[in-house]
Amino acid sequence: MSRLPVRKTYKLFIGGDFPRSESGRTYEAEGQNVARASRKDVRDAVRSARSAFPKWASMTAYNRGQVLYRVAEMMEARRSEFADLCSGPKEVERSIDRFVWYAGWADKLAQVIGSANPVAGPYFNFTVPEPQGVAGILAPQEPPLAGLVSRVAPALVGGNAVVVVASEPHPLAAVELAEALATADVPGGVVNILTGLREELAPVLASHMDVNALDVSGADGDLAELERLAADNVKRIVRGAADGQSAWEIEPFLELKTVWHPIGV
Amino acid sequence: MTELERKQDHAPIPVGWEYETAPESRDIVTLRERYGHFVGGEWLEPKEAYTTISPATEEPLAEVGQATEEEVQLAVQAARDAFENGWSALAGAERAKYLYRIARILQERAREFAVLESLNGGKPIRESRDVDVPLSAAHFFYYAGWADKLEYAFPNRKPKPLGVAGQIIPWNFPLLMLAWKVAPALAAGNTVVLKPAETTPLSALLFCDVLRQAELPAGVVNIVTGDGRAGAALVKSDVDKIAFTGSTEVGKAIKRELAGTGTKLTLELGGKAANVIFDDAALDQAVEGIVNGIYFNQGHVCCAGSRLLVQESIYEATVDKLKRRLQTLRVGDPLDKNTDVGAINSQAQLEKIQELVASGEEEGAEIYQPPCRLPEKGYWFVPTVFTNVAQSYRIAQEEIFGPVLSVLTFRTPDEAVEKANNTPYGLSAGVWTEKGSRILAMAQRLRAGVIWANTYNRFDPASPFGGYKESGFGREGGLHGLAPYLDFE
Repeated sequence: MSRLPVRKTYKLFIGGDFPRSESGRTYEAEGQNVARASRKDVRDAVRSARSAFPKWASMTAYNRGQVLYRVAEMMEARRSEFADLCSGPKEVERSIDRFVWYAGWADKLAQVIGSANPVAGPYFNFTVPEPQGVAGILAPQEPPLAGLVSRVAPALVGGNAVVVVASEPHPLAAVELAEALATADVPGGVVNILTGLREELAPVLASHMDVNALDVSGADGDLAELERLAADNVKRIVRGAADGQSAWEIEPFLELKTVWHPIGV
Repeated sequence: MTELERKQDHAPIPVGWEYETAPESRDIVTLRERYGHFVGGEWLEPKEAYTTISPATEEPLAEVGQATEEEVQLAVQAARDAFENGWSALAGAERAKYLYRIARILQERAREFAVLESLNGGKPIRESRDVDVPLSAAHFFYYAGWADKLEYAFPNRKPKPLGVAGQIIPWNFPLLMLAWKVAPALAAGNTVVLKPAETTPLSALLFCDVLRQAELPAGVVNIVTGDGRAGAALVKSDVDKIAFTGSTEVGKAIKRELAGTGTKLTLELGGKAANVIFDDAALDQAVEGIVNGIYFNQGHVCCAGSRLLVQESIYEATVDKLKRRLQTLRVGDPLDKNTDVGAINSQAQLEKIQELVASGEEEGAEIYQPPCRLPEKGYWFVPTVFTNVAQSYRIAQEEIFGPVLSVLTFRTPDEAVEKANNTPYGLSAGVWTEKGSRILAMAQRLRAGVIWANTYNRFDPASPFGGYKESGFGREGGLHGLAPYLDFE
């Protein structure tokens, strides 16, 4: 007699925990019952991200790079699981390599994006990139894994905490990624992943007053309305590649700080 | 404090001293009775007009146009034509030479611009002469050099101009804000439609004569004047980019208007900056910095140090020194070279300041204003300090944009950071301490785009300027100030 496999319950990822939706709802996607996050789940996720942000942002760049590299290690261990949940092994390899690529940027960003500025006066004047804070990310609907990684990794490497709304039709790769993140030394709350209905969750994220940036690279539908909602607290709107990598994908998640330090004896 | 210092600190302040007036002659400025819009290198007779005044005397200076949608459209079309018929194809080195010419002409005509800036805007001639005009020329000179070096600024990114940039600027630094906007836009190869502020159009209109002298091709820079309606028309027009400096409220409205259009946008909005004084700071220097931070340009400065955070142990000494220093500030004729604080820019701004100051008194803050004789005509406000301010008071939360300082205290660096960051804004902050490591530690933790240490309100074309959070996004100045005017592959 063959063994009956143990199935997985597909849950949300908030503050390092795996809760069901507080609403108790699910929706069916890819043949599974997946948690259907509520507006309150979005708000809880933002609160987790906000409290995780200071520690993540003040970690040394070397350390943050190592944590992101560790994500790639944990993903590598789950290659076959991931392959079943996206377009296949190629997408998985691309996604893992992308995390490695972005991990390496952590301690190089300031040298490429920052500057020392020759002002006319006795000041050492320099500009350094800093994270914006909490980034809301509407992950591309496709590709399920590479799309998610393409948007989340550049936000993370700059020191932001993120709240991600996963692909609505293909959410399982996102849940699998959450499980990899949970074992990868990423502090709880730095990445929060919500599954559910895009139409319901996106406006809550767009209008939330404690979210600093809104990544609409994966948004579909009424983009104008989301951008209008985002104006209430002057959110940065990020439009990037759904499946690509570049240092210039990191830059839209950064602020630039310029310091005038006095020179004198 | 030494014995000598203590004595000096308690010496009576020579309030009775009369200064001889030292007025700068205004004859150097020749104004026309009426100005049109500067479109395609020609003056376009405006359909509607209004009178622009001197806020120090309320005397009318000239009639200027109130641009209609059609007139804005003509300006955008002229900019588009200029972009497509020559400017975008012009070699960077040639664009650079036009910008160098503009910088030089601004230097040559510096006194004229300084007088006009003080006349139309109300700021002290000392500031327009020593800050606004030289910095404006410096901005053009700085960005001139970038025009033929863009591929070094952005290696392997193939920078290309956007097309037509619509630029809307405020009334607090009319010529300097023009320079901040126009110089990087032209260096990057764009053409421009600029709308100066309703109350301060004259230096921008005089700038058109600089463009004539520089022989800048027609239509590369177009200037339309008017109030917010003209700005709204520019936002709705067929431009490729909007750059706005002004209030957070209007910035949000522009962001909503442009939602979903893909038009590029940069915003430089309001602020409520903290100026943090530690107990080891050089106190006399710090007091000068506090005064410069909030009373510079009548406090009409988005990055003004409007919230003073003083460490408790030096609170009394600081406030005493500050009050004494306030008594020596000279408020009055902007064209007098002795003047420290000039006229409030407009009746509307004066009312806004009065309203917020009244709220501060009602909420329970303690007000201090030095004895001060104000001119009878014009718009004036006495430099003001509020003590006993709670973080929740409107004067500690809202941008006053006037010569009004709110004083709060802190005990530990953590508390200073907490209070400094407790605002939706994040444009600038100041730190005063003799300890270099503390400067850098504070600079790391303050959530603002510009941090001044042992100085305040200092600007330089090479230094990027711009905000965090609701103070806007995008940078002006420096290499980073070019990016908002470029497209990359």
